[in-house]
Amino acid sequence: MSLFKEFLKGIWEKNPVLVLSLGLCPTLATSGSMRNAVGMGLSVIAVLTFSNIIISLIKSFVPSKIRIPCYIIVIAFLVTVVDMLIAGFAPELSKAIGLFIKLIVVNCIILGRAEAFAAKNNPLRAALDGLGMGIGFLIAISIIATIREVLGANKWFGLTVVPGWDPIGIMILPAGALLTFGLVMAVRNVLAQRRSR
Amino acid sequence: MNLATAFLVIISVVLVNNFIFSRFLGYCPYIGVSTEKKSALGMGLAVIFVMTLASVVCWLVYHFFLYPSESNLFYKIFGGNQGVENFDLRYLMTLVFILVIAALVQFVEMVIQKIAPPLYAALGIYLPLITTNCAVLGVTILNIEGVTINGTALGYGHPMSLLFGVLQGFGAGCGFLLALMLMAGIRERLALQNIPKPFRGMPIAFLTAALLAIAFMGFAGLVK
Repeated sequence: MSLFKEFLKGIWEKNPVLVLSLGLCPTLATSGSMRNAVGMGLSVIAVLTFSNIIISLIKSFVPSKIRIPCYIIVIAFLVTVVDMLIAGFAPELSKAIGLFIKLIVVNCIILGRAEAFAAKNNPLRAALDGLGMGIGFLIAISIIATIREVLGANKWFGLTVVPGWDPIGIMILPAGALLTFGLVMAVRNVLAQRRSR
Repeated sequence: MNLATAFLVIISVVLVNNFIFSRFLGYCPYIGVSTEKKSALGMGLAVIFVMTLASVVCWLVYHFFLYPSESNLFYKIFGGNQGVENFDLRYLMTLVFILVIAALVQFVEMVIQKIAPPLYAALGIYLPLITTNCAVLGVTILNIEGVTINGTALGYGHPMSLLFGVLQGFGAGCGFLLALMLMAGIRERLALQNIPKPFRGMPIAFLTAALLAIAFMGFAGLVK
């Protein structure tokens, strides 16, 4: 597969959230506003890209029986770095989604890509795969957050969209997240069916 | 913490702040294992067990190794004339907790396999999955960060925080089991329905979960 395709596959064809349904918890929990969603998406891109590179570099001398704990240590180290950076530079964001930043450790996208891709490919390909998957995650979470924030709070990145319109409060609540996610997934299925025809 | 507060902690975490419907923790196993009631029950029981145990163990690790206090074991052994603040290892929390949980799950699996084969046959395949269940890591972190119930901040630092942790861990597991069983019951019936093609599988499961979440919103206000 060409390098560009390696990068591109995470965005549509194998989108980690909408197609593989991995990493659901952060997608649902932090998509209440665009600011949280973008913060989460960028954190995942950073952790995913670097964990793929590191795991691809260490793959040859990690014994296969204890590879999963080793991967988890690498990921937990990166997550701690990201968590501390966010706590230092964006304390408000850290207060809002700090728990879910910590929980990137057990995000199945990261461990899944480590096991399925980084452990079998060279660092360049692993980095592109991580970057592509991360951007796919960011796109998916941004779509959901846009729908939720515009409908639920009449805002986008904190800016009012339609002045004087009363927003649908439930979209910003947990039920709205599940509803939006189900509908977005269904729309993606329809589009994929049309394409394959 | 009196009995009423203890009861409120359980009510809060099972119904009001249910991990699935209002905190969004543990979705991978929730969507993955909720297709039939039998496996949902096995998974739910395994989660209750591991969550309660992880709450206790992670609290002890935090108290005796990570938090800089008089009872920090590193301070006791290597302290000498140094101040206690030199033994602040709280920044390692995420790393240490996930390793503790992974080791704990492995250990529990071995113990159950040895002493209770029938239980192992029932829970066995679900146990390894639990390591990457973010609800388990989530509850251990929430036990430290704490939750405010009726104006009392119950977290690390509260004199009864270990008991609070155990209650919250157990309650969160029960809430997870409840959510999982409700969903499994509905999905068993959904499998027989004629659902529009794009909605089959995941999307309809999420729409069902949305309706359940709306129902659970009715519990909001039980606990402040």
